Amino acid sequence: MQYLENFGKYFLMLREVFSRPTKWPIMKNLILKEIDDLIYGSLGIIIFISFFIGGVVAIQTALNIESPFIPKYLVGFTTRQSVILEFAPTFISIIMAGKVGSYITSSIGTMRVTEQIDALEVMGVNAVNFLIFPKIIALLLYPFVIAISMYLGILGGWMAAVTGGYTTSAEFIKGLQIDFQPFHVVYAFTKTMAFAFILATIPSFYGFYMKGGALEVGKASTTAFVWTSVVIIIVNYLLTQMLLG
Amino acid sequence: MIEVRNLHKSFGENHVLKGITTTFEAGKTNLIIGQSGSGKTVFLKSLLGLHVPDKGEILYSNRVYSEMDEYKKRNLRQEMGMVFQGSALFDSMTVEENVMFPLKMFTRMEYEEMKERVDIVLKRVNLTDAHKKLPAEISGGMQKRVAIARAIVNKPKYLFCDEPNSGLDPKTAIIIDNLIHEITVEYDITTVINTHDMNSVMEIGEKIVFLKDGHKAWEGSNKEIFKTDNEAVTNFVYSSELFKKVRQMYLEERN
Ligand SMILES: Nc1ncnc2c1ncn2[C@@H]1O[C@H](COP(=O)(O)OP(=O)(O)O)[C@@H](O)[C@H]1O
Ligand SMILES: [Mg+2]
Repeated sequence: MQYLENFGKYFLMLREVFSRPTKWPIMKNLILKEIDDLIYGSLGIIIFISFFIGGVVAIQTALNIESPFIPKYLVGFTTRQSVILEFAPTFISIIMAGKVGSYITSSIGTMRVTEQIDALEVMGVNAVNFLIFPKIIALLLYPFVIAISMYLGILGGWMAAVTGGYTTSAEFIKGLQIDFQPFHVVYAFTKTMAFAFILATIPSFYGFYMKGGALEVGKASTTAFVWTSVVIIIVNYLLTQMLLG
Repeated sequence: MIEVRNLHKSFGENHVLKGITTTFEAGKTNLIIGQSGSGKTVFLKSLLGLHVPDKGEILYSNRVYSEMDEYKKRNLRQEMGMVFQGSALFDSMTVEENVMFPLKMFTRMEYEEMKERVDIVLKRVNLTDAHKKLPAEISGGMQKRVAIARAIVNKPKYLFCDEPNSGLDPKTAIIIDNLIHEITVEYDITTVINTHDMNSVMEIGEKIVFLKDGHKAWEGSNKEIFKTDNEAVTNFVYSSELFKKVRQMYLEERN
């Protein structure tokens, strides 16, 4: 019952996000601030994780194809496929559900418990639009982040494979180029856009409608992380089935 | 002037306000008193339009709220200022930006004009060197002053304060009370203040409404509250031994 109610409330909130917009000069600044917090502020950890995960994928693949009948360029091929199809879009989004998601829930939740949201409404502001719309717009830049993640993941794979002596640079690069399907990139970025929207809105929902005090802000962040991840995983499954299945 | 007629508000099974009727005059500090959880905040937020009453009417200078269209409600909003319990300053904005915010939202003033008004109100609340500070960098008393400045910057006709001196030391609390009172008289504002602070009741209680179990249990002025025999009121107001003694002395002196 509770789930169903939240489901409905979530969609009502989304409608509210796109109605009664905040004055543009104010909104512009809010968007710039969110780009700084949500996108720019996440680059460090994403660069770090992507690079090393790419490396690990390459090493794992290399270690698992000991057989002389399997060509070495497969290391490059597998790294490319895993990074572009899953590690960059999905794995990084789960990390972001923790980083960006809990930040969104706790910042909006704190505004709720300290009555800042009431204060906005008293001043005639559509608080849902004011707080959530700029986050959705800022996360339109999320595909760029994932593109960086893809690039660095593959770079990390290449470095690990070559410096570890698992394959030669030429073979790895041959693997990267073999059987390349542009539609896989379309699929990856379609997912990414869906995840961006989920990352902006589900944590916002849990922050905006929370009740209680500081303790509940913490609980709301945890709940938001769980649900954001679950929805990302489910949407990932559905989109994969639809686009590739 | 605000008139409240038979105001009811429930949250699910919880019937918080059970028919409140009273009036608040302009140029006066009107106080709502009552225990924690007695519905003071719900009452104030109903006056602000943040809660929709289940039953009853609220009239703002003879304008019936429930008969207003969205446009008129929005205009009414502009005539209201609110000081929240914890100040509710936007913590990502500086003091100056906080105070300027209602002007940005409600008016088409040029920046210079807004800046001028912000300077005037910040000076009025005796804050002259905190413009560029963030709320986290100033004391609780200063935050309250900023909250008051923000509430009055757009020249409201109605000012609502939710426990304006909770969390302040007694001296600062009295200063804040007096500031609100002065501003009320100066700008002829209809001010409604929630409090459970007996100092405020004695200092600025020109009209006091006592809420108990969702009803208005008593109303009168701070002069009358000394004399009343209403048991609910005396039990609440004189819950401390000190106040009981003060009351006793006061009554003896008068007789
Ligand atoms: N938004 C809300 N939703 C549900 N119940 C609420 C809400 N706001 C207040 N209440 C309930 O209304 C009652 C009165 O609360 P409140 O007005 O905050 O009391 P006071 O301000 O006098 O301490 C409490 O029982 C509280 O739980
Ligand atoms: Mg209260």
